[in-house]
Amino acid sequence: MSIDISTARKVAHLARIAVKEEDLPALAGELSAVLAFMEQLNEVDVTGVEPMTSVTPMRLKRREDVVTDGGIQAQILSNAPDAREGFFAVPKVVE
Amino acid sequence: MSGLNELTIAAARNALRKGEVTSIELTEACLAAIEGAGALNAFVHKTPEIARERAAAADRRIKAGDAPAMCGIPVGIKDLFCTRGVPSQAASNILKGFRPEYESTVSQRLADAGAVMLGKLNMDEFAMGSSNETSCYGNVVNPWRRGNDATPLTPGGSSGGSAAAVAADLCLGATGTDTGGSIRQPAAFVGITGIKPTYGRCSRWGIVAFASSLDQAGPMTRDVRDAAIMLQAMCGHDPKDSTSADLPVPDFEAALTGDIRGKKIGIPREYRMDGMPDEIEALWKQGTEMMRDAGAEIVDISLPHTKYALPAYYVVAPAEASSNLARYDGVRYGHRAKLAQGDGITEMYEKTRAEGFGHEVQRRVMIGTYVLSAGFYDAYYNRARKVRALIKRDFEDVFAEGIDAILTPATPSAAFGLGEMADADPVAMYLNDVFTVTVNLAGLPGIAVPAGLDRQGLPLGLQLIGRPWDEAGLLNHAYVLERAAGFVSKPAKWW
Repeated sequence: MSIDISTARKVAHLARIAVKEEDLPALAGELSAVLAFMEQLNEVDVTGVEPMTSVTPMRLKRREDVVTDGGIQAQILSNAPDAREGFFAVPKVVE
Repeated sequence: MSGLNELTIAAARNALRKGEVTSIELTEACLAAIEGAGALNAFVHKTPEIARERAAAADRRIKAGDAPAMCGIPVGIKDLFCTRGVPSQAASNILKGFRPEYESTVSQRLADAGAVMLGKLNMDEFAMGSSNETSCYGNVVNPWRRGNDATPLTPGGSSGGSAAAVAADLCLGATGTDTGGSIRQPAAFVGITGIKPTYGRCSRWGIVAFASSLDQAGPMTRDVRDAAIMLQAMCGHDPKDSTSADLPVPDFEAALTGDIRGKKIGIPREYRMDGMPDEIEALWKQGTEMMRDAGAEIVDISLPHTKYALPAYYVVAPAEASSNLARYDGVRYGHRAKLAQGDGITEMYEKTRAEGFGHEVQRRVMIGTYVLSAGFYDAYYNRARKVRALIKRDFEDVFAEGIDAILTPATPSAAFGLGEMADADPVAMYLNDVFTVTVNLAGLPGIAVPAGLDRQGLPLGLQLIGRPWDEAGLLNHAYVLERAAGFVSKPAKWW
């Protein structure tokens, strides 16, 4: 399966990565090369095989449904590019 | 005293306990070596104050008679591990300035055991790479050279800084992480030992995530005994990682008996690749003979789905990465792009990620996004997960037949020149992982052991693969191989 420029544009947008219009052909070519490599998987008979989710057959542990931490607002905000009045600040989200 | 930075962990531990040396002395020797090794670009954030403080504390602890094996041992920490108050940016510009408020479980365990952190080690960005050329800090340079040829070589990746630092005697051991071969391939490229334990052995908590179902931390050390000692301190159950195994951790060093008589070593026929260099083939044969001479039974085995491991990996790993890396959005930490008039939240995300992620990371995130997108999820992602199940079954079948460990080459070549692969297509670089990636897909423990030099004088490694949770047995097999191979070469110092 080969990726065309409009698919590359769509994938970049889905991934939320700005790609300049003039860089799209090269990107489409690179993505196509990698996908061509993956095409080999079509040679494998996977009839009746369950897709693997966990590499070790294990049941995820459960714990008591209790609060284990909190009250660390300053720590949580300490690395924010823009924090104001105890919140993360972002550009306008809703028009 | 000179050469303290060249000691093995085991020798340093013994000398510390006898009072022949202090952790302060060991630490100062390493800090001086680091200062003199800027040309390698291995340490990217140095923490001498933390190191001296911890060394002094370790010396007090040793004096008091309460000293675990790693107490007072100077180590380097891969930049992928979050370390409290110390830059931890996964070699990415998108995490520039990030200083975690918390410590990863593995680095905390090492600290609790008394290990001395010297600083943070260079790596490929988000651990995506096989040559340490995708780092925002620039390339790491391999301390090894092709004889008198000064061409700078790659230390491998993604744990390239860890590999170079241990090989160049800047620290006694280093942490690495391995998602497709990122401990074992660089270890082989610089002539040191690196073990990726069974998935779930080391907690992933606080390690910047790449592909969560594949990532495992492990030690990179000068020899197998050191790997056993350091791994012991790193692993164990952690309630903060839901995939961390609640299993007892055996005494790995005590397992190094050197006796593998009657053990069955599998030689997988599918690992004989077309175009594999003669030297790798010859080394593999020598390794096989060494195991036979030690009393092991050599068995030809088949792992029929081997050739599909790389394509399956390059679906699964980018898919998980695209999901994990969605968190880098310029809101909570790290870089945020400068916005233009009228830019909204979507532009903020798109510009931030375009500026913050390097080329290879962008490519993998987009591949992952594509294989997870509506209409392609079944064709790529689900199919890859099914093939992954078959790859794991291949291993289960041979272990069920009584195989104790599997011997393979570690890498398809010796270290190559930095920049040599720049014009190759990405798939050519991915082939570096051809012998290691199956082990991650199946969640097994694997270890790379230096076993010889090629014609150009560069180290070559062999890989042993063990049964799940049998790191103890695997380390013992590696110990036998190490003793038989007798690899003692060191890079000639040029830096």
